Amino acid sequence: MIDSFVGSINEFSKYIIPFLLVGIPFYGLLFKKVKVYESFVEGAKDGFTIAVRIIPYLVAILVAIGMFRASGALDLLLNFLSPVLSMIGFPAENFPLALMRPLSGSGSLGLLTDLINVHGPDSLIAKIGATMFGSTETTFYVLAVYFGSVGIRKTRHALIAGLFADAVGVLSAVYICQYLFGGI
Amino acid sequence: MLNYIWFGMMFIAVVVGAFTGNIDAVTEAAIDMAKVAVNLAIGLIGIMALWLGVMKIAEESGLIRVIAKGLRPITIRLFPEVPEDHPAIGSIVLNMAANILGLGNAATPLGLKAMEELQELNPNKETATNAMCTFLAINTSSVQLILPATVVALMGATSSQIFITTIFATSMSTIAAITAVKFLEKRKRFSVGGGSQS
Repeated sequence: MIDSFVGSINEFSKYIIPFLLVGIPFYGLLFKKVKVYESFVEGAKDGFTIAVRIIPYLVAILVAIGMFRASGALDLLLNFLSPVLSMIGFPAENFPLALMRPLSGSGSLGLLTDLINVHGPDSLIAKIGATMFGSTETTFYVLAVYFGSVGIRKTRHALIAGLFADAVGVLSAVYICQYLFGGI
Repeated sequence: MLNYIWFGMMFIAVVVGAFTGNIDAVTEAAIDMAKVAVNLAIGLIGIMALWLGVMKIAEESGLIRVIAKGLRPITIRLFPEVPEDHPAIGSIVLNMAANILGLGNAATPLGLKAMEELQELNPNKETATNAMCTFLAINTSSVQLILPATVVALMGATSSQIFITTIFATSMSTIAAITAVKFLEKRKRFSVGGGSQS
C-alpha cells in the first residue's frame, strides 16, 4: 500500500510545476486583469542581476570546499573519528556522506550513488544514506548564495543553527532506519 | 565564523595535500571549482528569470498576499520582526512550499527574493537579521514531503521504504533548526552589534 502511495505522490509531483506555470498567469489574467506578459518580463529582469551578484560568494565557498575534498582531509577526519562513531552506533560507511552533505550536493550525491551500488538498495546502509540525503541540505552552499545575494557578511548564528539541524537530521536518519529496518 | 571556517578549510587542504601528495589535486580542484561556481551562477539565470517572472504575476494579482495572510498564524511566531503585510512573508511561504514539494529549482529564486525583501527591513545592511537566520535555518533543514527525484531513481523499489524515515528525519532536523535559531538569537555572542563573530 505504501508503494502505491509513494508512487502516486511522485506522480502528482510531476504536475506541480506545469500547474504553477499556467495556474498563476491564469488567475492573474482572468480574475485580476493583470498584464501577465509585461509583469513576467518585468520580474524576469531581476534573474540576471541576482545570478551575477552571487558569483563571488559561490567562487569563495566552492573553491574552499573543492580544495578540502581533493586533499584527502575528509578521509583523515574519518579515520580519526571512527572509534567515536562506533561508540554511538553510527555506521562508519555512512559517515563520509554525513560529512559531505552540508558541503556539496554533487559530492554527496556521488557518495550516495556509490553506497547504493556497493551495498545494494535493500541494505541498511543504503537506506540510511538515502534518508540522510533526503533530510539534510547543502548548508554551506545555501548560506553562501542566500546571504551573498543581498551582501550580508556577518551571518551571526545562521551557520551554527544550520549545521546543528544537519547533525540532528543525520542522527535521526541513522536511528530511525536502525529501529525500523533492524540492527546493524 | 565563516571567515575561520573558510580559511580553515583551505589551510587544512593545503597542509594535508602536501603530506599526502595530493597537492596537485588541490590546485586543480581550486581552479576547477572557480569555473564550476561561475557556470552554476550562469545556469541559474534562466531558471531565476522564469520563476521571478511568474512570481511577479503572482504578486501583482494579489495571490501572494492571500497566501501570506492565510499562513500568518504560523509565520508570526517564526518571524515576529516582519510586519504583517510585508511582501517578504509571501516569498518565504512560497519558498517553503517549494522546498516541501521538492521543487529545488523553484525554491532558490523564491528564497533569494525573500532575502531581498528581508534586507529592506534590515537596518545594518551587512549583518543578518533574526528573521534571515530563522529563514535560512528552516531552509537548510529542508522539510521535504516528496523524495528527491535522484534518490527515487537510485533506490528504485526501495524508495517507498525510506519515505517514512525521510519525513521523520527531516521533521527532526527542522524542529532542531527552529529551536537552535530561537535559542541562539538571544545569545550575546550572536547579537547584531556585539561578539567577535564575522
